[in-house]
Amino acid sequence: MTARTSALRRSGRVLLYVVMIAAAAGIMLPFAWMVISSLKLNNQVFTAPVQWIPDPVQWRNYLDIWAKADMVTWVRNTLVLSVAVTFLQVLTGSFAAYGFAKMRFPGRDALFLLYVGTIAVPWQSYMIPQFQMLSGWGLNNTLWAIMLLQAFGAFGVFLMKQYYESIPDSLSEAARIDGLSEYGIWWRIIMPLSVPALASLTIITFVQTWNDYLGPLIYLRDRELWTIQLGLQSFIGEYNAEHALIMTGSVLSVLPIALIFFLGQRYFVEGIATTGVKG
Amino acid sequence: MTTPVVGDQRTLGFSRPELPPPLRNPRASLKLRNALVGWTFILPNFLGFAVLTLVPVFTLFYLSLTSWNIFGTAEWVGLDNFTRLLGDKSFHIALGNTFYYAALHIPITIVVSLSLALLLNQKLRGAAFFRTVAFFPYITSIVAVAVVWNMLFSPEFGPINQFLGLFVDGDLPGWTVSKDWAMPAVIIVGTWKDMGYYMLLFLAGLQTVPGELHEAARIDGANAWQRFWNVTLPCLRPTMFFVTVMVTIQSFKVFDLILVMTDGGPGQATLVLSQYIYQKGFEQFEFGYASAVAVVLFLICILVTVVQFLYNKRKEA
Repeated sequence: MTARTSALRRSGRVLLYVVMIAAAAGIMLPFAWMVISSLKLNNQVFTAPVQWIPDPVQWRNYLDIWAKADMVTWVRNTLVLSVAVTFLQVLTGSFAAYGFAKMRFPGRDALFLLYVGTIAVPWQSYMIPQFQMLSGWGLNNTLWAIMLLQAFGAFGVFLMKQYYESIPDSLSEAARIDGLSEYGIWWRIIMPLSVPALASLTIITFVQTWNDYLGPLIYLRDRELWTIQLGLQSFIGEYNAEHALIMTGSVLSVLPIALIFFLGQRYFVEGIATTGVKG
Repeated sequence: MTTPVVGDQRTLGFSRPELPPPLRNPRASLKLRNALVGWTFILPNFLGFAVLTLVPVFTLFYLSLTSWNIFGTAEWVGLDNFTRLLGDKSFHIALGNTFYYAALHIPITIVVSLSLALLLNQKLRGAAFFRTVAFFPYITSIVAVAVVWNMLFSPEFGPINQFLGLFVDGDLPGWTVSKDWAMPAVIIVGTWKDMGYYMLLFLAGLQTVPGELHEAARIDGANAWQRFWNVTLPCLRPTMFFVTVMVTIQSFKVFDLILVMTDGGPGQATLVLSQYIYQKGFEQFEFGYASAVAVVLFLICILVTVVQFLYNKRKEA
């Protein structure tokens, strides 16, 4: 390689780094703004030029918000929903995926096609009949509605099926010859082997339920049933001039998700890559 | 989609011992038992899925042919709701805005997320950190994100316009309070939020591009652009197909982002189909008419998916 092309390559790489750092800064800007503003006095949020370092730092905001907003109730409801939905989704999803990935019976492929087909059907298009149905059962304005709504998604089935297919069939075949039932194979052979996929599904479902806004918006009327997203949105409406406090609430609503994400991001990435590669 | 399955004889060195041909009955009962066991695995999830998704999808079509509203029961009105759609100005606006959003959001998201994936694929130091950063918006809640962006877009003192003011003399965009700029603002936020997800899908796809092909092209004197165009892109076709389908559906059903950012405004400048369904159904309680709008959304999504599917099939052949 001549000196000229190597210099060209080096400057090309420097350029790539510059692009990457600039993009990262741009992407993170809203979060930086959120955190910085949450530590400001209210009248310091909008200034020209922008004040990038809060002075004085208002930690008080993080105490005041608990008195002004019913955060405890919201977080409790959201936690109940997220845990229940995640449990149901992981259990029924991984169970069904075994049927789709490791067994052969008539109707299986047609059934799976039904699941795949619903990817193209947005929830917004059938939310009205679904609401009518659940209201008819007396579930409107209950947390049950959200649990039912979220727990049986096709996503869990896809993710687990893709992963099960990467487990060699010889394992389950050997267990079958040894006389283990299909349920035994699922529970004792396949489940322990699919911990990474289970972890992916768990955190993805948890985060999705935590962030869901539309389901709770339609079903949960009473204040004591509100989730963090509904609560935050009403807080924004109620205190629309308290910019700093609104940012404090936003930080608090994102914080648990950020923690889960940074601890388990490997599982996020793998989970999404698994469902994407084969479609 | 090929699915190697237990009992699929091709994939196994040893398989279930074959029963001799005369004993057909036990074999049939084994098959039946197998089917029953298979169904029990699928049933718990399928019951929930069928009742909560399939049943509402089918009742949607029935509802759209009725006059169901808050005052009365569902009465059959045939295609009345659909003829009403033809003359409904708000519906036309919502339909137009939905296509406006999709027409910009789809290509921009694909280009940006593919570029990010290509950048990450350069094996730069810090790439793992960058991947985390780029994906982070996707997992944060829409409410928090919308309120922050609304502040950033604030016309007078928002940081975005202050930054633009450094380069532009004269009128700056009014963003979410301006009829012309509200939709671009929403599209920017939508792209910012979604691109990390598609970036990951592209990144996974890029791992399947064989390195030898790139090497060969390089030896043949192809430059970086030619290699991208003639090697990387064709190898990415399955991923590209999946991403296009997903991003298209996502664009046509866009809702919560707009609901919390602009609530369809100013005026009806960002009113989209999903929100119109919501307004008609849950604010004005015209369930029948809202269902007719929902049928339109449903048909658009199915139609574009089928078209993309057929296009992909033809390219594959």
